[in-house]
Amino acid sequence: MSDSTALHAARPGLIGKLHGPTRALLALILLIAAWQAVITLTGVPRYILPSPLAVARALVEQRALLAHNALVTATEILGGFIGGVLLGLATALSLARFRPLRRTLLPLLLISQAIPLFALAPILMLWLGYGLWPKILMAMLIIYFPVASTGYDGLRQTPQGWLDLATTFGLSRRQTLLRVQLPAALPSLASGLRMAASAAPIGAVIGEWVGASQGLGYLMLNANARLQIDVMFAALVVLVAFALALYFGIDAAIRAAMPWHRDRLEASA
Amino acid sequence: MSPPGLDIRRASLTFGARPLFHDLAVEFDAGSWTCLLGRSGCGKSSLLRMIAGLALPDRHRIECTTSDGLPLQGRLAWMSQQDLLVPWLRVIGNVMLGTRWRGRWAGPTASEARERALALLSRVGLADKADAWPAALSGGQRQRVALARTLYEDAGVVLMDEPFSAVDAITRLELHDLASELLASRTVIMVTHDPLEALRLADHLLVLQGEPARAVPMAAPTGRRPRALDDPQLLAHQAELVALLREPAHV
Repeated sequence: MSDSTALHAARPGLIGKLHGPTRALLALILLIAAWQAVITLTGVPRYILPSPLAVARALVEQRALLAHNALVTATEILGGFIGGVLLGLATALSLARFRPLRRTLLPLLLISQAIPLFALAPILMLWLGYGLWPKILMAMLIIYFPVASTGYDGLRQTPQGWLDLATTFGLSRRQTLLRVQLPAALPSLASGLRMAASAAPIGAVIGEWVGASQGLGYLMLNANARLQIDVMFAALVVLVAFALALYFGIDAAIRAAMPWHRDRLEASA
Repeated sequence: MSPPGLDIRRASLTFGARPLFHDLAVEFDAGSWTCLLGRSGCGKSSLLRMIAGLALPDRHRIECTTSDGLPLQGRLAWMSQQDLLVPWLRVIGNVMLGTRWRGRWAGPTASEARERALALLSRVGLADKADAWPAALSGGQRQRVALARTLYEDAGVVLMDEPFSAVDAITRLELHDLASELLASRTVIMVTHDPLEALRLADHLLVLQGEPARAVPMAAPTGRRPRALDDPQLLAHQAELVALLREPAHV
């Protein structure tokens, strides 16, 4: 019994006891309070930093405008995410399966990471115009590498023992790749997907900054030019909310796809 | 289907510039249990991998023929020191891993295969864990599932690389009893470091000795497997086996 009392004594404080969402809400309230405090204490003019209340008002008053542009950006982000993940996964599988491809494509992939992707945005605009496609492609490009590289790493690092079993079971290379290496790579791939979920909005917004006629990134630039700083912040809030929703949605999907992982965590807790 | 015997010839393995064994010839009788012993690094696990046709980083060569002339491929089951349970399948799925991974239901229907897997689970005493995740099992339980998975393959030849060395002593004795009962009448080749384990289970003892190594046969205790720990015969053999293992390496 003395063991369990010792454990109780070692428990974290009040903040540690709160649930995830409650903790996030608390952090949000603290952030808004700090924001308001900066304005009250320094008297910074509202065209530099609008108050939380002004931003909230802009959110409500401009909701139609924000919703329209948010939908555009959301399409770009989701399109880029899905395209980038599929392409990255296909690359990882092909690299793991075909040795000649590994020799030629892998160095190219690594070299491609030396190109600052932001610098590609104007070129994509030049080639694909001002529509949705350059933004989707930008988001895809940003996501592609983390998914391909974490996926390939995961596929490569299958424990030898499982490969031995696959050999004695008489599996073909294709069966081994899809039924043994791919599920074994899921935890590693999951970290790539989480990275992708947080990077996708960056790609879309950069695409919009370079040249667009709609979308949240466009709205921010436009509002900035007109000194509608509250609208600019409102667009930013919507973008952050969408990015967070995407991240936690992907996180939840990953947890649902790997129930054994969650069980293990609970078993060890 | 009666299990085949194995005839190994011209088995060679080179580790760097060092020949671990050269033109080694060993025979494994059909339906008998052979334990392969030797000092660490003598190449006994590698020999087992070579028989199983598994990847090896070192230069090697082997000629392996079966007593019935049919290919060994598809008739062998592999069990290693690690349980090799996959975390993404429940216990029952791990027992049926061969069927699941091959993705076809050769012969029995899906429900028959499941019945067979459940029957094996209850024989290793884990019938109630069929739907548990491997992460929820103890080390001993996991190794029992691995044993059930090995048996599920229903292979004539069973190759085991130190299968019980990662569990505690008492669990190991229990697994001996279980394996001995369930693997009766198969051709078993087991690599082990534990002289006592070998003397409890083996029909034949082979010690890899010297460099390059020769396979030195040693008489195993007579009597039914698994032999009792206090069997006087077993204790006498143990002294002899340890002495053989301690002999300096020379040819």
